[in-house]
Parts: sequence; C-alpha cells; structure tokens
Amino acid sequence: MSLSDFLSQASSKWLRDEGPESDIVISSRVRIARNLAGHVFPLIATESDKQAVLDEVERAVHQPHVAQLGRFEMLKMGNLSAVEQAVLVEKHLVSPALLESSGSAVILRDDEEMGMMVNEEDHLRLQCLLPGYQLDAAYSLAERLDDALEESLDYSFDETRGYLTACPTNVGTGMRASVMVHLPALVLTGSIQRILSAVTHVGLAVRGIYGEGTDALGNLFQISNQITLGQSEQEILSNLHGVAKQIIDHERIARQHLLQQNKDPIEDRVCRSFGILAYARQIDSKEAMQRLSDVRLGIDLEIIKGVSANILKELMVATQPGFLQKYYEHEMTPGERDVKRASMIRERLRMDQG
Amino acid sequence: MLCEQCGQRPASVHYTEIVQGKKNEYHLCEVCASQKGQAAYQALAGPFSVNQLLSGLLHFDSTVAPRSDAPAPRCEHCGLTFAQFVKIGQFGCAHCYETFAEPLGPLLKRVQSSDHHTGKIPKRRGGAMTLRRELNQLRKELQVSVMEERFEEAAQLRDRIRGLEQHLSSDGNV
Repeated sequence: MSLSDFLSQASSKWLRDEGPESDIVISSRVRIARNLAGHVFPLIATESDKQAVLDEVERAVHQPHVAQLGRFEMLKMGNLSAVEQAVLVEKHLVSPALLESSGSAVILRDDEEMGMMVNEEDHLRLQCLLPGYQLDAAYSLAERLDDALEESLDYSFDETRGYLTACPTNVGTGMRASVMVHLPALVLTGSIQRILSAVTHVGLAVRGIYGEGTDALGNLFQISNQITLGQSEQEILSNLHGVAKQIIDHERIARQHLLQQNKDPIEDRVCRSFGILAYARQIDSKEAMQRLSDVRLGIDLEIIKGVSANILKELMVATQPGFLQKYYEHEMTPGERDVKRASMIRERLRMDQG
Repeated sequence: MLCEQCGQRPASVHYTEIVQGKKNEYHLCEVCASQKGQAAYQALAGPFSVNQLLSGLLHFDSTVAPRSDAPAPRCEHCGLTFAQFVKIGQFGCAHCYETFAEPLGPLLKRVQSSDHHTGKIPKRRGGAMTLRRELNQLRKELQVSVMEERFEEAAQLRDRIRGLEQHLSSDGNV
C-alpha cells in the first residue's frame, strides 16, 4: 500500500483536515466523564460488573437517539493486538489507562471525531476531537452525544455535587476541555516558562503532549481546564478560550519578532531541519519531532514552500512506534524503527513534490 | 469588618501584597486566608496536576484526615474505607460521595473552585432539579430588586416564584 493511501485510511479526520487557526492550534478536544447509576466504579468492579456496564452502553448506542448521530463501532481492548492498541493511543482516541483496565472498550463513530471509552477510570468517557481551534463545536458535539445517551442510560448525578466521578478532581461537570497548540516561537524566545506558570493561576493546566514541561517534544502543548466543580460548562469553556486566544496571540507576535530580529538564524534552523528530514537514513522520535516542528514553523513563516502544513500533525502520529509497525506490517526493534521512521518521512516529503 | 471573600466571618487577617509595583490590601477571615495561602502554594509549585496533589492534600491536612480514635468510616455500598480513598485518590462508587461527605467538603473547596455544582443537569432525569435551580435564581433576583426598590419587577418575580413553587409541590418534589 502506498503511504498516501495508508495515511488516508489509517488516520482520523482530525489528523487529515485543517481547522480554524490551524497554524497554531492542532486540535480541540472535549472529554466528559459519566457513570451509570447502580454500578460500582471500574476500579473495584468485577469482570461481570464491567460486562454489565458494557452491555448497557452497547444497548444505548443502538437506540435511535444515538444512532442518528452516526455509525458507531465498538472495539474491545482485549480483542486487539498490541500494535492496534498502540495505534489508538497514538491517534489520541483512547488513553493509555484504558489499555490497563480489563473489560474495557472504545466505541467510535466512523470518522473518529466522536466516541467514548467504556470502563476506563469512569464507566464512560465521552470524547470529541476536532482539527484546529473548534472548542465550542467539540463541546456541542459532546453534549449531543451525552444527551442522546442519557435518553436510555441513568447517570449518577447529585444535585449538589453534579455528575459523580471516580476521582473527585472530575466531579461536577465531569468535563475536560483542551486545545493542543504548537508554540515553537514561544519556546525559542524563552517566554514559554512565564506563560506556563501564569496559566496555572487561573485554574488551567499546560503540559507537553510528548514529554514534560518546557522539554515538550515538538513544542506541542495541551492547555486544559483543571476545575470541574463550581463553574458551568460555558464558564469553563470561556476561561479556556480567553487564555488560549492570548497564547495564540503571543505565539504570533513571537513568530513575527523572530522573523524580523533573527531572520538568518531562524531560516538556517528551519532549512537545516528540512535537509535532515529529507536526507536522513535513521532518526529517533525525539529528533524527528523537533525537526518536524522546525519545518512546520518554516512553512507557517513562508520560509519553506511546497510542503503541506499538515505534515507535522500527520507525521507526529504516523512516526510513532504503533503506526510504523502497522505500516511496515511487522514488529521492529527501536533501532529498526529509527531507519523506517526516516524512510517514512522521506516518502511523505516526496508525496508533496510529486 | 467582615471578610472580603466570604462576607460572613469577621476579617482577622490583614495583609498587603505588592505585585509589579501595584499595591493590594486584603482583609480576610482565617478560613479564607488559609485557602488563599494554599492557592499561592499551588502557584509556586508550578503546573502540577491536582490529581497528583490530591492524596498529598488528604495525607497532610488535619482538618480532612479522620481522628485516629474514631471508627474508620466505610462505604456501606462498595466497602471502600476512607483510608483506602486517601491512598488511591478515587472513590469506589457513587454512594461514597454521601458516606465521606464530611471530609470531602473542605477537599473539594480546595481542589475545585467550590463544592457546589452549577453546570449541566441531566435533561431526562433532572427536571425537578432544573426547576429548583431556576427557583433559587429567581429568589436571588427578587432580593436584589427589593433592595433596589424596583417593586414592579419584584412583584412579577414573586408571581413567577409562586408559580414554580406550586408546580414543584404538586409534583411532590420540594
């Protein structure tokens, strides 16, 4: 199979499509935790408890209210190979914790923009994941799914505490909204540290998508709400909007600043990284992420032309171990993966030239 | 003088904060001051997730930890003890929220912005709750309009409140 066919088949809609502000915002996600009344939480549940929850959810998904939202398919984690599980995690469709929990499953709509994890920390974790800056759209999709499921499921809900979750850090709305942002200029100019600590003052958290703190691989960060109780969904979203917009503005200003004040060093950095990606014969995932981030910055600053901007998003996922092994259809040692990773990146760059 | 934050207890902690040349004066009660202190500590500690902090908070907080001579509370429904909750930071079932309501209250105020849900209510099962919340909102508005001597508006609000109250009591939900 050619790489372009593979990528279009194996990747989710959020990976293929562009969205608003997609020069900086990679994706927007809303996750909602729900539990079913009358069942203990997955942590202490027996296999038969978990099966009962799974059956109840599966029945609910087949009800007309949910069915009209699209075609859903259930994948039980126990039935998947290690590579298939890894691919789901790499596409951000399931959490690593779902793989650890027995009797767990993910139910996905065919475009993979909407879905739910069953028997993770909570009975249900509804998820909507959209490309670019589309927080409100992601929430309204998640809310439609939530309402449709509630037509036939009895949620654990308390008038004072809201939606009851296994961990009290999720109780109330049960909602975590987040945006994944690419902030190379804020990292290069060293302003990221200041912003990271400022954000925590307002009930939000920022963390690296791959790696922690300012060592975030590929300069990719996730901004999300920490507070779930005492604020309504709309308040949480508007707080996140306020902060995300400011961070986007800061990143844009930092990019222009780099281009005006440090034109030669930044062009050199971007073009060197492009050269390495185009010619390297082996590359580890850490270096690949950094080079891809440089190239993406180069595309956004119009230093590099004729390469699709989507390359960072696509390759940050496709060059992960699970995806690599799926594409080349066999298990690999880390050393072998470095060789194949370099080869996949070269092939992807050639797709744009051809 | 009453505490600026809660407006209920007398202010006994007074301090001045200067941030980037801007001076702020605070007059707080002891409860709110200690919460503010906690927020400052969390800010210093950096981008730490509350998830990780949770069990730490429970371990070191004397107001939350149960006294050792008291019998260990245990959830009747799922069997989880409070000590187990402190260790894993997760509840066993929805009933744990009632069983451990007392120690949970201060914890929620600390890790969340309050201990009271103000967000979405389930559409199918939450009808009466939605009405009760609307009723509370209207009562607050009524107080404000009376205080501001907007009596025509107050009369309208009063009628709407009566209507809602009747609706709720006829359903046997109050």
